[in-house]
Amino acid sequence: MTPQVEIMLIAVIVSAACALLGVFLILRKMAMMTDAISHTILLGIVIGFFITESLTSPLLIIGAALIGLLTVYLAELLKRTKLMSEDSSIGLVFPFLFSIAIILITRYAGNIHLDVDSVLLGELAFVPFDRLILFGRDVGPKSLYVMGIILTIDLAFILLFYKELKLATFDAALAAVIGFSPVLMHYALMGLVSVTAVGAFEAVGSILVIAFMIGPPITAYMLTDKLKTMLVLSVVIGTFNALLGYQVAVIYDVSIAGSIATVIGITYLIVFITAPKRGIITMVYKRHMQRIDYAMHSLLVHLYNHEGTEEEEVEANRHVIDQHLHWQKSFLDKIMKKALRLQCIVVEQEFLKLTSKGREYAIRSFEDI
Amino acid sequence: MTLDLLLRDYTLQIVALGSAVLGAVSGILGSFAVLRKQSLLGDAVSHAALPGIAFVFLITGVKQTEMLLLGALISGLLGTFMIVSVDRYTRIKFDSALGLTLSSFFGLGLVLLTYIQKIPNANQAGLENFIFGQASTLLKRDVYWMIGLGIMILTVVIVFWKELKIFSFDPEFGKSIGFSDMKINMLLSSITVIAIIIGLQSVGVILMSALLIAPGVAARQWTDKLAIMVLLAAIFGIVAGVIGTIISSLVGNMPTGPVIVVVISLIVFFSLFFATKRGMLWRVMRMKRNRRDINDSKVLVNLYELAMNHDVVYHPHKTNVIMLGKNNKRTDNKHVIKSLLYLCDKGYVKRDYFDTWSITDLGIEKAKRIMANHGGEKL
Repeated sequence: MTPQVEIMLIAVIVSAACALLGVFLILRKMAMMTDAISHTILLGIVIGFFITESLTSPLLIIGAALIGLLTVYLAELLKRTKLMSEDSSIGLVFPFLFSIAIILITRYAGNIHLDVDSVLLGELAFVPFDRLILFGRDVGPKSLYVMGIILTIDLAFILLFYKELKLATFDAALAAVIGFSPVLMHYALMGLVSVTAVGAFEAVGSILVIAFMIGPPITAYMLTDKLKTMLVLSVVIGTFNALLGYQVAVIYDVSIAGSIATVIGITYLIVFITAPKRGIITMVYKRHMQRIDYAMHSLLVHLYNHEGTEEEEVEANRHVIDQHLHWQKSFLDKIMKKALRLQCIVVEQEFLKLTSKGREYAIRSFEDI
Repeated sequence: MTLDLLLRDYTLQIVALGSAVLGAVSGILGSFAVLRKQSLLGDAVSHAALPGIAFVFLITGVKQTEMLLLGALISGLLGTFMIVSVDRYTRIKFDSALGLTLSSFFGLGLVLLTYIQKIPNANQAGLENFIFGQASTLLKRDVYWMIGLGIMILTVVIVFWKELKIFSFDPEFGKSIGFSDMKINMLLSSITVIAIIIGLQSVGVILMSALLIAPGVAARQWTDKLAIMVLLAAIFGIVAGVIGTIISSLVGNMPTGPVIVVVISLIVFFSLFFATKRGMLWRVMRMKRNRRDINDSKVLVNLYELAMNHDVVYHPHKTNVIMLGKNNKRTDNKHVIKSLLYLCDKGYVKRDYFDTWSITDLGIEKAKRIMANHGGEKL
């Protein structure tokens, strides 16, 4: 394998592992908790580093996962005091733990290789340098294996507990009644998030992990209502983003993780604008059509109200009707055109007359009111 | 010695002044963010500012603070706009919108920074400082800028005080009397972005959110009045800024931003425990006192009922027959004795030589009153 292929492979695996968990995170409104965890694992890494004096020990992952859980626990503890809202509790805990980590690093780890930048920002390009040597043979970059194992664990967890996760996500109360603890599910999920974030930090850095976790799932969420489809779609989108981001990074010679995160954001933005059912264009168009439709019915009801009465000559005159309905002249023209097209009205001299079809519409909307 | 140092060291004075201004401004604006439950918006906005800084540098090629901050302002507002519109037009939750925006903007910022690093230009050094902040690089000119912006923010807050107040507590009411939700939101977002930008240089993108949240949360514990809360938050912010700066200059190898965050966090924890009325300690004490009051009443009523069973009302009873309430089989003697002693002090019961207790006239009256208050319900 060339380093390029290795980097792409790692990027894809990281994306897949993050996207799978992310689906449940965004449905459970845990996005910012994830952000908090991805920062505080730094403290776990630092403490683990002080104990083992090595950056490659598996203890680091365990320590970081524990700190991740501690973050969740502390934030919930603060929230439970009812002295502050949930987002404040998250916003307090993670900078605090994170600051302690930074202070520890700058004070005590200044002369050893634990660079804050590399932990926070990551650098995929360097990942292939760290090789796994088995029985004297080079079998590939270490990160590939670490992330591969983490992806397998995440996937196994989701497959094994799919039903439980689904229930705990959409109906926590029912889950509790049936007899499995949503709290346990919650902490299991948070534990996995911590482990995945630790595994990924070397490659993509702790700040950008959240882009990998949140981006593809919310993009998928714009496109589907089914959990299974959403899981598959997230992984597909994540993979696509990772590969495209990598190519862009190679062309401009910039940070790979940053480039992937940017692509993730842009992909979401495109889907946000163009998604068939929930995209902003569809939404605005739908709202516009509703408005036109409503206005046409108002016009028909207005004509129907005054049909055959003395003031019909005034009320149904096409030159004054806009003032009566408080409309812009151009808007009235648009509505009139639509009504004419649907053969709901006819124009006789300067007056608007209802056709039988238009009358029927008017009566129906009148009755609806 | 500390004070001496603060008086003599000119650089320290500048940095401390900058941190104090930052603390005050973020405390004031953070109060509103905390009340409006938008604490984490600050986190997102400060991350979103990074690409703006990098982009401006890329275009102008010089590290001129004002221009960089203008870039930060624009991209910060762009980020806010993206979050607000995703939240409004889709079913994506607010926090997911925050998470995506902050990370993808930050990613873009990194891309631009790494791109800049490749350009041969000596000026780029120190641009990464915006990520972690480096208060010690503050210049006198930067601090003047901070003071100027701070005064501007303060003026806006004072001028729009009423509107901000209404929208912090009851936005629906605000809308019904004709204030525009959108306008206030934009106003508050803009000045918050400016405050964040003031802080970027000293505490950096990542830790700025703590400075926005913590003083507000701490101040909230001590008061129910908005004006006092905002004032207190500003004071907490100043205290944390100055103390943090001093500690980091006294102790070697201490980054200023994180130290300030730790100090303000400690102020929050202190407030959570010791604040009057809302604080945890206060709550525990109040619970204990309530418990004791209830125990006292129960014991007195019990003694009264025992006394009524005897011809002589003042018939003395041993401690072990007196119980906490009628049906309480597992009587805790310790609590009963404690209550009896207290009642004795008040003159409701009398203790005689054989360690037995009898009710007094005063006690009978009191017991009757307690029972009347409870409407004959069992205690």
